[in-house]
Amino acid sequence: METPLIEFRNVTKRFNGKTVLDNINLSIYENQVTTIIGKSGTGKSVLLKHIMGLLKPDEGTILFQGKPVNKMKKAEWEAHRRKVAYLFQNNALLDSMTVLDNVAFPLRQTTNLSKAEIEKRAMKRIDDLELAEAVGKFPSELSGGMQKRVALARALVTDPQIVLFDEPTTGQDPIRKNMILSMIIHYRKKYGFTAVMISHDIPDVFFISDRVIILWEGGVGFEGPYEEALKQNVPMIDEFLRSLDGFQDQLTGLLSREAFKMHYSAMLGAAVTETKYSAALFGVRLNILYEALGAQAAVAVLKALGEYANRYFNSIGGFSARHSRDEILTIFPHKNLEEARKLVESFSHELENGVVDHIKNIARKNSAAATCFDIYIRAGVIEISPEDSIEEIIQKGRAKQEIISTHRCDLGGEVQ
Amino acid sequence: MKEQDEKKRLPGNENEAPYEKGGPARAGVLPSRGLSNLWPVFFAFIGGWAIRVIGNFGAIAVFFFLAFINIFRSKQIREITSQVYYIGAKSSLIVILVGLFTGMVLGLQLFYTLVKFGSVGALGSAISLSLVRELGPVLTAIMIAARAGSAMAAEIGILRNSEQIDALYTMGIDPVRYLVSPRIAASIISFPLLTAFFDLVGIIGGYLTGVVLLGTNAGTYFYRVQSSLGMVDIRGGFIKSLVFGAIVSCICCFQGYFCHMRDDGFGARSVGMATVSAVVISCVLILVSDYVVTSFLM
Repeated sequence: METPLIEFRNVTKRFNGKTVLDNINLSIYENQVTTIIGKSGTGKSVLLKHIMGLLKPDEGTILFQGKPVNKMKKAEWEAHRRKVAYLFQNNALLDSMTVLDNVAFPLRQTTNLSKAEIEKRAMKRIDDLELAEAVGKFPSELSGGMQKRVALARALVTDPQIVLFDEPTTGQDPIRKNMILSMIIHYRKKYGFTAVMISHDIPDVFFISDRVIILWEGGVGFEGPYEEALKQNVPMIDEFLRSLDGFQDQLTGLLSREAFKMHYSAMLGAAVTETKYSAALFGVRLNILYEALGAQAAVAVLKALGEYANRYFNSIGGFSARHSRDEILTIFPHKNLEEARKLVESFSHELENGVVDHIKNIARKNSAAATCFDIYIRAGVIEISPEDSIEEIIQKGRAKQEIISTHRCDLGGEVQ
Repeated sequence: MKEQDEKKRLPGNENEAPYEKGGPARAGVLPSRGLSNLWPVFFAFIGGWAIRVIGNFGAIAVFFFLAFINIFRSKQIREITSQVYYIGAKSSLIVILVGLFTGMVLGLQLFYTLVKFGSVGALGSAISLSLVRELGPVLTAIMIAARAGSAMAAEIGILRNSEQIDALYTMGIDPVRYLVSPRIAASIISFPLLTAFFDLVGIIGGYLTGVVLLGTNAGTYFYRVQSSLGMVDIRGGFIKSLVFGAIVSCICCFQGYFCHMRDDGFGARSVGMATVSAVVISCVLILVSDYVVTSFLM
């Protein structure tokens, strides 16, 4: 069995007699994204601060790669701690320093790199997070969202092995939220760090999470993959997750997954025998788009796809929801396979005409060099029967997916 | 927070504890056996207070030791230089002003006193000795404590309350090394220099009133200054200013650094209270240590 990277064993923490963490047992594994959720005041930030060493447990032990922290020598603990970066909930930017100085600060203080190299690395992170125009500003001159991105740039500048994100997307608009989450997943893949994140941005955060830890009543209510969390049937936790999910996906305006399930159940309930149903699973390769166009353009493609699908298919009685980071499932009631195919075909033409200019503009802004990118949108159109679960429909849709629309951002350069 | 918890458990911080043990007093009723039951309460209070004070002094000593050894780590020169500029160079104007008027007042007062004894020629000696031995180091230290010490406490306190100190720790930077050590080093460098400045300007101030205004002989004044001041006086003043520099910077940084653990306020109030405590404690300790150092030097 894999040894957890970080393990909490019977950890209890009290503040002024109030127990915040009560005999907690949990594991965080290497190279995964672990998301911690829970109501306010359930000790999520306290838990992260224990990992960082900012707080020490009153009872119990924390283990790093199987070794108890309290038995480590100072040098050994310091070596572990240097691998960890922390993104504070309130950003904790050094307010007497500019954005550039804030981002470059950890490199200046902890490395022997040259001044030019430090500035180059800091500027790279600043550019990645689209903060170039704020480089000479002080934190108090920035919006809350920009401050959050500066804090994120500072946390990632040292290429840490473990990054603890305390509500990284709070205060951001839906596009920026997805950008930040895309960035986290992108950097996680690129640099291979382990991410531990506190976030309430359901469903987006679950699309990128390998494991979920739900803190409940001072303890761990659930620990494992998100899909299993939904099957727990613990009423309080279930209600909490639904309340976070809401009825609408903030990024695309589509139905939330829960609302989609309700629509689907209602449709089946009202079904008449011999009624035909079909579905289409649309998808874009968000990771490839991110690499090619940057976070903003990648999220814009997804947003445009969702908005178009919503507008186009709602008018004919269809309903859609995002079921993974970059997949949208649409159900067409009362349409057979052939009719659904025709609908998707006509949708793809409208998509090409409507979205391409927008994407071109963003791509042009992000790609100063004369480069050209192709964006492929795929769809798998299938006929469904009332016995099919949503998961089965998605599986079938994936198997049938083919390119339905290509957008070429012709900027006059070479095709990538 | 853990430190807060631990602090709360210290006997000195358990305000209710003596009353709880006293039984009826807990409900606001005096103990039945009268004053005899108040003695334990009294001694518990004194004992708790003494433990708290001794504990704080111990904590300050450890804090100073950790900060002092970190002065000699790498990457400190830039920070120390900028702190010398802030604590030293930026305080020079106020030190010059205070030094000038202190010298001028001394010139006036001593002139009229010495005239009564027919020894106005000793004006230069009296002014220079009192400035170099006592007034220079003490007044300079008090002025810098008010100007730079309060700023140190407030700045570090705000860094603490906005989690910037925690952020330093998470970035692998020792907050004591980055924030406290340069300030202590800069104070130890700046205090003697500013004291020398103060002494010099004070002697000139005495010259302005004693010689220019009241007509004492200029040659006599400067001859007396030169002949009465020995290396031992200058060395004494120098040692005092070193001690004051260490005390003021350590107290002010300590108050700011641990402002989140204060019992008398949280948030912005704790920063305000820490700043007040920093200046008051610094001034008191300057005078106490002045006596101690003087008695060793004599």
